[in-house]
Amino acid sequence: MFRHGLPISNRARAESVFYNFALHVHPVKVRKRSIKFTYTFGLGGLSAGLFFILTITGALLMLYYRPSVTEAYGDMKDLQFVVSSGQFLRNMHRWSAHAMVAVVFLHMLRVFYTGSYKPPKEFNWVMGVLLLVLTILLSYTGYLLPWDQLAFWGVSVGTNMARAVPFGLGDKVSYLLLGGNIVGENALVRFYVLHCFILPIVTLGLMGVHFWRVRKDGGV
Amino acid sequence: MPKEFEVESSSNAQKVPKRVEFVKERTAARVRQEETEMVMTVPNLLVREVIAFMILVIVLSLLSLLFNAPLEWQANPQHTPNPAKAPWYFLGLQELLHYFPPVVAGVLLPTLVVVALIVIPYFNVNLKQEGMWKQHRPQTLVIALVSIGVVCAALLIFHVYAMLVPTVLMTLLMLVPYFSHKEHGPIGWLATRPVQWWVMTWFVVMVLVLTAIGTLFRGPEWSWTWPWDHIY
Repeated sequence: MFRHGLPISNRARAESVFYNFALHVHPVKVRKRSIKFTYTFGLGGLSAGLFFILTITGALLMLYYRPSVTEAYGDMKDLQFVVSSGQFLRNMHRWSAHAMVAVVFLHMLRVFYTGSYKPPKEFNWVMGVLLLVLTILLSYTGYLLPWDQLAFWGVSVGTNMARAVPFGLGDKVSYLLLGGNIVGENALVRFYVLHCFILPIVTLGLMGVHFWRVRKDGGV
Repeated sequence: MPKEFEVESSSNAQKVPKRVEFVKERTAARVRQEETEMVMTVPNLLVREVIAFMILVIVLSLLSLLFNAPLEWQANPQHTPNPAKAPWYFLGLQELLHYFPPVVAGVLLPTLVVVALIVIPYFNVNLKQEGMWKQHRPQTLVIALVSIGVVCAALLIFHVYAMLVPTVLMTLLMLVPYFSHKEHGPIGWLATRPVQWWVMTWFVVMVLVLTAIGTLFRGPEWSWTWPWDHIY
C-alpha cells in the first residue's frame, strides 16, 4: 500500500491482498454476510489481536524478569516502581491475558451457536478446542511467575488437583509439572519455560493450522 | 409436456469422452439460494480489522491506566491464605471440588468436558437444527426426562444444589414449548431451539453459575460468604 499508493481499481485491491505476506491469509473477496459485525463479533480476530499484544508486552516483560525464587518478586517490585512504564506494561499483559481467556471462550460459543462447527469444518473446531485449552494453560503458567501469595497458592490449588489423577499417576504428573513435590524453584523455571517458549510456539503453530483451515473451508 | 432430459454429445469421441447428461425434471439441479454478495477484502474487511484492533488496544490501555494488576506479598509456603483460590477460570472447577471427590472434580469432569467439546461436530445428529419438539415428541420427552433425571439424582446425592436448581429451572423452560403451542414470541422462539442448543446452553449456565459462586461467594474454609462481607 505504501509502495503502490491506495489501490483504486479492483485489480489493485486484489493484488494488494495476494502480493502482501500479512494479508494473504485472506481471500481477495469475502462474503458480505461473513464480515457483518453481528455475525462473528470479530471474536476470532480479537483473540489473535490479544495474542499479538500479549507477545509484545510479554517479550518486554522478559527483559526485566528473572525466573528465580530469590529474584522474581523483587523484579516485580522493580517493574512496579523502577522500570519506566513497567506497571503499565504489566497491567496490559495481565488484563489482556484475562481478556483472552474470556474472548476465546466467547468465540467458541459464537461458532457453536451459528452452527459453524458442522462438516466440513469439524476438524477446525477440534483445533479451536485445543487452542482454548492452550489459552487457559498459557494464562495459568503465567499466573505463577510474579511469585506472590496469589500466584503461589493459586498454582498450588491447581497442581493439587493434578494429584487426583488415578492409577497412581497423580503424584507423577504433579512431580513432572513442578519438578519436585512442592511449588518451588524448579516449578518456577518449568512454568517460565512453558509460558514463554513451549506453549506460545505450540499455540502459534495451531493458530497457523486454524487460519489455514478457515480459508480451506471457505471462510474469510 | 416439457422435455425431461437433455442429451449432450461431443463430435470427437477420441479427444473428448462422450458426455451424456440426464436430468430428470424433478431432481433438476436448480439454484436454491442466490449467490451471496461478495465484496473486496481491501478495503472492506481490512478497515474493519484495523478499527477492531485499535479499539481493543485503546480499551486495554485505558484499563491498564485505571486498574493495577494485583501483586500481594512475596510467596510464603508457610502461610496459607484462607481461602486459597485458583485463577478465576478455574474457580468453577474449585467449586466442584467442594462437592465431589477430587478424582471426579479435578480429573474426570474436566476431561469429560474437553472430550465432549471435541466430539461435538462428529455427532451428526439433527444437522438441520430442528426444534427439539418438532418430531417424535413423546419419545423425546421420555429420553430427555430420563437423562435429566439421572443428572439431577447425581447432583442430589452429592448435594450440589448450586447446579441442581439451575438445571431444574432450565428443564422447566425446556418443557414450556412442549405444552404450549404458541408459534410466536418467546415461547415460539424456545420451540425452535434444537436439542444441542439446550445442552450447550445448560453447560454455559453451569460454568457461569459455578465460576460466579467460586469467585464471589466463597470465603474462609470455602464457606458461603456474601460478596459484601469479605475483604475483596
